[in-house]
Amino acid sequence: MKEPDFCSLPSRSTDARHMLGRVHSFETFGTLDGPGTRFVLFLQGCMFRCQYCHNRDTWPMDEGKLYSVEEVVNEILPYTPFFDSSKGGVTVTGGEPLLQRQFLCVLFKILHFHGIHTCLDTSGHLPSSAYGEDLDKLMSHTRLVLLDIKQMDPRRHQTLTGGTLAPTLEFARYLHRIDKPTWIRYVVVPGLTDDLNDIRALAEFLAPLSNIEKVELLPYHSLGEHKWRAYGERSPLEGTPAPLQETLTEIQNMLQAYGLPTTR
Amino acid sequence: MNMTHAMNQPHHDFNEWEGFSQGNWNQSVDVRDFILRNYTPYEGDAAFLCGATARTQQIWARVLDLMKQENAKEGPLDFDPNTPSSITSHRPGYIDKDNELIVGLQTDAPLKRAIMPLGGLNMVKRSCEVYGKALNPHVEEIFGQFRKTHNQGVFDVYTQDIFVCRKAGIITGLPDAYGRGRIIGDYRRVALYGIDWLIATKIQEKAGLNPGDIDSPAIRLLEELSDQIRALAQMKEMAAEYGYDLSKPARNAHEAVQWTYFAYLASVKSQNGAAMSLGRVSTFLDIFIERDLQKGLLTEEAAQELIDDLVIKLRMIRFLRTPEYDALFSGDPAWVTEALAGMTEDGKPLVTKTSFRMLHTLYNLGPSPEPNLTVLWSTHLPTPFKQFCAQVSIDTSSIQYENDDLMRPYWGDDYSIACCVSAMRTGKQMQFFGARCNLAKGLLYAINGGRDEVSGVQVGPQMEVMQDEVLDYDRVMERYDFYLNWVAATYIKALNIIHYMHDRYCYESALMALHDRDILRTMACGIAGLSIVADSLSAIKYARVRPIRNDEGIVVDYQTDGDFPTFGNNDPRVDDIATGLVTKFMNCLRQHRTYRGATPTQSVLTITSNVVYGKATGTTPDGRQTGEPFAPGANPMHGRDTKGALASLLSVAKLPYEDAQDGISYTLSIVPSALGKDAPSKVNNLVALLDGYFTATGQHINVNVLNRDTLLDAMEHPEQYPQLTIRVSGYAVNFVKLTREQQQDIITRTFHGHM
Repeated sequence: MKEPDFCSLPSRSTDARHMLGRVHSFETFGTLDGPGTRFVLFLQGCMFRCQYCHNRDTWPMDEGKLYSVEEVVNEILPYTPFFDSSKGGVTVTGGEPLLQRQFLCVLFKILHFHGIHTCLDTSGHLPSSAYGEDLDKLMSHTRLVLLDIKQMDPRRHQTLTGGTLAPTLEFARYLHRIDKPTWIRYVVVPGLTDDLNDIRALAEFLAPLSNIEKVELLPYHSLGEHKWRAYGERSPLEGTPAPLQETLTEIQNMLQAYGLPTTR
Repeated sequence: MNMTHAMNQPHHDFNEWEGFSQGNWNQSVDVRDFILRNYTPYEGDAAFLCGATARTQQIWARVLDLMKQENAKEGPLDFDPNTPSSITSHRPGYIDKDNELIVGLQTDAPLKRAIMPLGGLNMVKRSCEVYGKALNPHVEEIFGQFRKTHNQGVFDVYTQDIFVCRKAGIITGLPDAYGRGRIIGDYRRVALYGIDWLIATKIQEKAGLNPGDIDSPAIRLLEELSDQIRALAQMKEMAAEYGYDLSKPARNAHEAVQWTYFAYLASVKSQNGAAMSLGRVSTFLDIFIERDLQKGLLTEEAAQELIDDLVIKLRMIRFLRTPEYDALFSGDPAWVTEALAGMTEDGKPLVTKTSFRMLHTLYNLGPSPEPNLTVLWSTHLPTPFKQFCAQVSIDTSSIQYENDDLMRPYWGDDYSIACCVSAMRTGKQMQFFGARCNLAKGLLYAINGGRDEVSGVQVGPQMEVMQDEVLDYDRVMERYDFYLNWVAATYIKALNIIHYMHDRYCYESALMALHDRDILRTMACGIAGLSIVADSLSAIKYARVRPIRNDEGIVVDYQTDGDFPTFGNNDPRVDDIATGLVTKFMNCLRQHRTYRGATPTQSVLTITSNVVYGKATGTTPDGRQTGEPFAPGANPMHGRDTKGALASLLSVAKLPYEDAQDGISYTLSIVPSALGKDAPSKVNNLVALLDGYFTATGQHINVNVLNRDTLLDAMEHPEQYPQLTIRVSGYAVNFVKLTREQQQDIITRTFHGHM
């Protein structure tokens, strides 16, 4: 899969704050993506094609709107009182934010400077060439990572997301190496990701990783279906029900048996 | 002079005050001083609270049953068409005489309403007519021939331009046919001092006046003081019929609650006002409760019972009004507003256990629009109290919040809230309620040269209809300026007439008796349609707006090309237009002389009349179609705030309080799951939202935590949701009492959270 990198500085500027990124939208009162009240920045563009995606409209690499880092920071700063009071901060999600690493790095550096808690929500799907100084620097300005593991079975992962599993696991090991606080997010879809064998594999993979603070189980919901229709498509999961409470409990119990604090 | 003074000096060593710290409050009426010297701050959590006793449940069940019968009738349960209401007009009434702790009803039976013709005879006649009883002919004769009413006085004097504006709906909701309300007696005074002391003080105040030259303001004040003294005496008489003697201060918590309530009851027996706030009684009453608890005279259960019983009474306040009035305001609200918490001027929280007990009535008796519980929020309030408030909001949607840190520098630490959002120093300030002016229609007049876009009638001064192919921002603003000045002049003129006549023919002697003699008066004007005008001007400024004319040449539609920023996204390009408008109109109002030297103020508040304003207003340049409802209060228009709840809050928080001192109302509706994953995060996030909004100098917020599905279901099955309460601009209503149109409007209104 070819990785586009569309972060760029406009010609004639050498000021990193003018770095441009492709933004899908802002949500100023995010309460579900990281701790406390969060300003959620949705970046545009994703290389995965997850069947359960509820933000289908963040996929295309050429949509969204260009913002400079400075402009985004100016959008965020007014909300610091809300962060302070709730121990919240900024979460960048998408799309896949790691497609815009340069932009993200400058943004997080500035937010870090302002004392704002930074959180990255990602599938961790990076080419091996991406590891190195730049990524280390981005991580040094990232306080928390929400790592989305979609499936633990490589073949089913490919079917579900259109991408390979290995890079995500590689990123997870990297986060462990640098001891980065991480929450794992796992979407539970009946028939696709609720097989207990897959869950066991997930638990066995995560159990040794001491940087994992918790696992969040996200029950599948169909509220994103209209976004597929807006692209003249149908969600491949249309008609799929939400998982049963019993299933969620079973999965939660199994993960907790491995010492992984699990919420749902 | 000194002689008189000494003669009438009230004595100040009541046994009833035993155990209280003394201070200035012993020398003169100073409830604030009493509170500050004697209250017990509470910084703990809600764990101490008690549930409703069997007695409370039994009484409340009886009242709920009566309310159910009332709902089914879609009108008053019963009313008395024979006896004009006064403090002493009706014999005592009870719900369950042997079991009530706090007694007193407006008439001789629960939920039975009374007529109050002093505000206006027409309103009374019409109410009697539609609800199927004939008004007693003697009453009609007296108030038709021998005793002029407020309404008659106003219409005798209204000028032609006022009539035209009123009819066109550019100035609406004027209190010219009924009681103006919005005045808050300091009902606590009766409990703290007893009536005799208050009468002595009033006599002294009157004697101290004795002006050298008698002119009409002096005559008016002297006459008012006499009326006030008479009203105080009548309060005693009323209480005596219930077996209580109000001469002296309350001896214990039970009497303190009862005395305070009797004083409030006197006000709602003598005035059918648009809003009849209770004031700020919780922390005051807490002092009496605390004293009894210390002495072992009261248990926590009994303390809660007293507050529950008071709240039951407050939930039963009823006025006889016309169906048209009810449609405008959604049911028949009384706005029994009680302000809770806040901070002292030297930075101590005014939260007491009774602040908790008052909120706890929403659990013990279930959610309810009345009393209109209003938390005066400071970022410095104790965290457990903040969390309890957030929990109550999440569970009941029944409370509103106002920014104490913003208002305290203006009004001190003993202000109350009139109606929804209007702060005033308790017992030291009153307002002349002025409803509101439709700014959106004003903009259309600017474009159409004063002709009404709906009727085609020339309402304002005539100018040529704008001939621009694409509307030019500067030219529109220049004309808008002219029409805003014109409407402000007409508006103040109408208000001066209304309040002159109200003082003259429908004076609130019971309420004013519980004020100081010399008070601050505000002329409380208001505006509607702020977000529509801001967005419309933004469209004209940043996009291309082509006016479309009808056959008569009046602009009735607009074609807009291009994007423009909209209010509610924390975008300074349009937020500055909105703040500029608030200041601009306030400055227009400030240019005029007001009755009794009142200080002009304004509110950005619509209550539920945003639907009615919308009906009367043609298509606007922002893309809102003719007849479509306005956003309520200072809210952004439905669906145009695309960056989530906080962006919307920050836009509203920018509106300048110094130019809208009568209040700026914002309503937030949010689905429970959008507040957070689990119960503690929901509370935490709501507290952060309130802290952040008020830090950003927001003034007021209603919080509704509800699922859209619940509301849709309640529309179809109202009988299953008798207590479903939601907050609308500044107060709460029973959802099932709204008209279908208003219900629809609330469901369409931005629900934050994607559901």
